[in-house]
Amino acid sequence: MADSIALRATAVAKAHPRARSEPAFARWALTGTALSFLGLFLILPLGVVFAEAFKKGIGAYLMAISQPEALAAVRLTLLVAALAVPLNLVFGVAASWAIAKFDFHGKNVLITIIDLPFAVSPVISGMIFVLLFGSQGLIGPWLAAHDLKVIFAGPGIVLTTVFVTFPFAARELIPLMQAQGSEEEEAALSLGASGWQTFLRITLPNIKWGLLYGAILANARAMGEFGAVSVVSGHIRGVTNTLPLHVEILYNEYNLSAAFAVASLLVLLALVTLVAKRIVEWKSGSELAAGRGESK
Amino acid sequence: MIAKRLAPLAATVILALALVGCGETTGPLEAGASRPVTLLNVSYDPTRELYKEFNVAFAKYWKEKTGQTVTINQSHGGSGTQARSVVEGLEADVVTLALGYDVDEIREKGLVAAGWQSRLASNSSPYVSTIVFLVRKGNPKGIKDWEDLVKIGVSVITPNPKTSGGARWNYLAAWGYALKRWGNDEAKAKDFVASLYRNVPVLDSGARGATTTFVERGIGDVFISWENEAFLALNELGKDKVEIVVPSISILAEPPVTVVDKVVDKRGTKAVAQAYLEYLYTEEGQQIAAKNYYRPRLASVAAKYADKFPTVNLLTIDEAFGGWQKAQKAHFADGGVFDQIYQPKR
Repeated sequence: MADSIALRATAVAKAHPRARSEPAFARWALTGTALSFLGLFLILPLGVVFAEAFKKGIGAYLMAISQPEALAAVRLTLLVAALAVPLNLVFGVAASWAIAKFDFHGKNVLITIIDLPFAVSPVISGMIFVLLFGSQGLIGPWLAAHDLKVIFAGPGIVLTTVFVTFPFAARELIPLMQAQGSEEEEAALSLGASGWQTFLRITLPNIKWGLLYGAILANARAMGEFGAVSVVSGHIRGVTNTLPLHVEILYNEYNLSAAFAVASLLVLLALVTLVAKRIVEWKSGSELAAGRGESK
Repeated sequence: MIAKRLAPLAATVILALALVGCGETTGPLEAGASRPVTLLNVSYDPTRELYKEFNVAFAKYWKEKTGQTVTINQSHGGSGTQARSVVEGLEADVVTLALGYDVDEIREKGLVAAGWQSRLASNSSPYVSTIVFLVRKGNPKGIKDWEDLVKIGVSVITPNPKTSGGARWNYLAAWGYALKRWGNDEAKAKDFVASLYRNVPVLDSGARGATTTFVERGIGDVFISWENEAFLALNELGKDKVEIVVPSISILAEPPVTVVDKVVDKRGTKAVAQAYLEYLYTEEGQQIAAKNYYRPRLASVAAKYADKFPTVNLLTIDEAFGGWQKAQKAHFADGGVFDQIYQPKR
């Protein structure tokens, strides 16, 4: 029955090719609108960044990005991302594992709390840490007494970045783990595998692409975060300035081409991230397809 | 097997933590003569160019004098915001802020000794400045004095006095003008300043942000600005775009500098921090200040740069307002005059 309807539809479509599509003018108008929108809002601004960056020539560009302060900002940004992303992956896996594979009271509350960093403004996220770790804050006096610096120093920036990127890995993994269910783990356990073995041989391979995808998104945010980091950084040049903060400083110093040169570094990092994301999507897609082929 | 897989991750985390840790180890001991030392100067917005130049000069002087290498780190922002950060634990060895009240805020938390303002010469202000107007090329709105700012259809740019030190000087300069104009009539002055702020479309949080609003975003007809910031904008952005108008009366802005006692005692940087500030008063320090459009205090340098700075009738905060504490309480505290007269545009 269904086959015969489909056959007839194909026949009609063949006889009247236009019956299955919009008029040419509508197609052109829609595609044109989409493309010009993309061009205006995405391609053009990106182009402007690079045009401004190279305005004073390649020499000035290289000068700007090789200044000690710019290099320090690059180093700090990479370091913060290198710390925040692995921490997030560990937390993310633990949280989503607990949520997807077990039933307990307050599960929905936990899911909501994980989303909290997305809901609050980054500036507020920064303020939270100032209120906690600042000299007038809760833990601040104790830290000062033990000569530990958190806020206005590296650790504060890492903490804030972990906070704002927290949901990325978990958000990616929870639906994936829920969809996969826990049959495979149960089978492994019933065959005598230990908890760790089950996790490493069953759970982890199943979620690895989702995990990588979450890592890429978290990394993009960690490198680009401005608001929250701006509040806790103290803006000490060459010491606690990350790349986005350094761009702002240069811009405020009438140093436009240097500001855009450093901004172009951030754009390049973003482009690398996008390519990595694309590869992961493609890989995981083909693996999923292969997996389905095997199971049939 | 587990250990094998986790080892690289653990190693990365530990290594990275160690790296962060290293960045933070600044010598808590009294710095020996040959041990390199770092200072943190927490300053306000428009001094970026000044200290960039001054820090190099001081490092050279200190190296020659003591053989010690000194690195000075800078942090800039709105004066009030910066004072707040120091109170919250930003470890500034010296603060060089826009006005005395912000240092008083830090003193109140016990970080700076009482009586800090008399520790260095000239009220602890090695350089001074004043408030002038920046207008569009050719002065299309015919701005000549404070009274032109309250005219209908004139759009005025000034930062937020709650967060910006420069903005407080702007506000007080306008108030001081009105007092002089109407024979110390406070009510008249309040009306005048209220109508001035009715012409302000947007309040930026710091002086540099306001400069950007006026010059780069092209908003406003007149920008009430630090004199040094106005000169810098003129030089950076070209005399074909903006020009400076000097009002008949303005205020003597004294940006103070001081050592943050609690921090230098802890870090053992007292001697070098003090020398750093004192160097601002020397011939070379004053030259650098004058070159960056701050009015020098030293007579010899002032004479040399006399033609650079227009003569203005300058009020002082002590004469006209009875000091910063009083001015702050009356005008800028919550519920003060500024809160009464300024309603954000909806």
